[in-house]
Amino acid sequence: MPKDNETIDAQPRKKLVQVKHLKQYFNPGKPNEVKAIDDISFDIYEGETFGLVGESGSGKSTTGRSIIRLYKPTSGEILFNGKDISKIKHRDMLEFRREMQMIFQDPYASLNPRMKVKDIIAEGLDVHHLVKNDQERDARVNELLNLVGLSHDHATRYPHEFSGGQRQRIGIARALAVQPRFIIADEPISALDVSIQAQVVNLLREIQQEQNLTYLFIAHDLSMVKYISDRIAVMHNGRLMELSTADEVYNHPLHPYTKSLLSAVPLPDPMYERSRRRKDYDSSIEFDGKPRTLK
Amino acid sequence: MAEQTNQIKLNKNSFNKVGANDVDEQEKISAPSLTFLQDAIRRLKKNKAAIISLWLLVIIIMISIISIWWTPSDPNAQHVAYANLPPKIANGIPGFTGKASVGGEIVDKYAQANVPKGTYYVLGTDYLGRDLFSRLMKGVALSLLIGMLATLFDLVIGIPYGIISGWKGGRTDTIMQRIIEIISSIPNLVVVILMLLLFTPGLGSIVVAMGITGWITMARLVRAETLTLKSQEYVLAARTLGESSFKIAIKHLIPNLSSTIIIQTMFSIPTAIFFEAFLSFIGIGIPAPNASLGTLLSDGQKTFRFLPYQMWYPAAAISIIMIAFNLLADGLRDAFDPKASE
Repeated sequence: MPKDNETIDAQPRKKLVQVKHLKQYFNPGKPNEVKAIDDISFDIYEGETFGLVGESGSGKSTTGRSIIRLYKPTSGEILFNGKDISKIKHRDMLEFRREMQMIFQDPYASLNPRMKVKDIIAEGLDVHHLVKNDQERDARVNELLNLVGLSHDHATRYPHEFSGGQRQRIGIARALAVQPRFIIADEPISALDVSIQAQVVNLLREIQQEQNLTYLFIAHDLSMVKYISDRIAVMHNGRLMELSTADEVYNHPLHPYTKSLLSAVPLPDPMYERSRRRKDYDSSIEFDGKPRTLK
Repeated sequence: MAEQTNQIKLNKNSFNKVGANDVDEQEKISAPSLTFLQDAIRRLKKNKAAIISLWLLVIIIMISIISIWWTPSDPNAQHVAYANLPPKIANGIPGFTGKASVGGEIVDKYAQANVPKGTYYVLGTDYLGRDLFSRLMKGVALSLLIGMLATLFDLVIGIPYGIISGWKGGRTDTIMQRIIEIISSIPNLVVVILMLLLFTPGLGSIVVAMGITGWITMARLVRAETLTLKSQEYVLAARTLGESSFKIAIKHLIPNLSSTIIIQTMFSIPTAIFFEAFLSFIGIGIPAPNASLGTLLSDGQKTFRFLPYQMWYPAAAISIIMIAFNLLADGLRDAFDPKASE
């Protein structure tokens, strides 16, 4: 069994998010039932970056969306800061919405094309009444634009005037506006080209250090996840395959699926590339009738 | 050689830093900021037919508004002595001479009817001696009013219905869609005739009858669009920020639905006008003596072979209105939704 951070650290860290036996089925009981998430459990500690990787359709994004309550889980529970999020009362919901935020995958679809950048960023400020008047609102928007490295005169522009990387920064500014503690980054870089990916990932890291944020970083690119994450969970077909520190997963993968994923990562090294062989993963080994649980 | 070395003397101050100094300069966008509406208007202006239609409609609407307070003469006043006079302008210009051929002979109808000099009817008179030009002005105004009111029903019922149905989804959506299917399975004309049995024929009952059935297309279009919009990430982002459903509808859905709504409105106004004309033409629309395009066409059609002018002008008016609305709607669709037109 790989060693968990908990056992490595001398003092146990605070668990910010606990996912326990989460199941998310779509169209349950119907012929077109989809088991998007099938019984997964993991914890996210305060201040860490938790990477979630897996191929398309493995349930990574669904996990993120269930945690932020865009979907209602079929069963299982999700604890945020010790409280079960499915039992949050209507009036406490706003507070929960403020503490947990999301950065979306597609920078072209995540900004309303009919709104000015300042209104997009200030949407959370308005919902949570975090500013008293327009001057304060503008000042806060400018502050956020500064934080993500955009210019002040971008505030009165519309999203279609920006590049993918700039749009993603606007999305990050919108999430940061309400001063959350936990951010779910749902493949925030997969729609960007590689040079911009690094910019956005570094921006996320800087902000994390400044504001002591916790991230759930969802991606399908293992090399980028390794770069940003403290711990990595590997998902496949709605199940967790492996969960360990980033280095362990990257250097000593245990599960054949993780090995298969790692074999698909290209390296800029011709000698290595010449001998690199893709390992295919045969998922039938999971269905041998033996029960499996992680940890 | 020596001269050249003298010329080139470089030190630190000879160099200027090229490029931006700070974020504000680096990330500057020099293009002017265009709102979505400005962009759409810019595209619309390139469409000649739509712009001409727009101006024609503006003129027609202005004339209709004027007709509320002023018409050349009372549109319902009868002068039986002056019945069926042909069009005449001033003392007669080509095409508007006030003469007509009776039994192969050109006769001055105005002289025959002893119309005093200086009195003339621009578009002639009908069989009761009513001024057709005044009636046409009133008729166009009434038809436009019916078009607008019927479209108002579209907006007031169709948009909220479509948004609620699409947004709520699940069972609510299924029930609301079945209701729409039931309503749309009853032919329009049957509903109108049943309505007119219950209420006295007139402006109100026509508008209500059209309102009951007219909003269905709008509701369906809005629902379909809402279904695609609600899974858009910016709507999800608004939900994660804790925005209420009502606010999401106002801030995110309606602005993004606006092009669909505007285009559908522009198509439904002429449909309503045409439907009213049809009802009046078959005699169950606007009751006498009020004029609408349909009643004018219906009256003119009776004597079309002998007094063609009584039908030509109302027919021309309704054709122009229909074509103008449709061309403008087409232009607006291209302007608001440039991807769809390609």
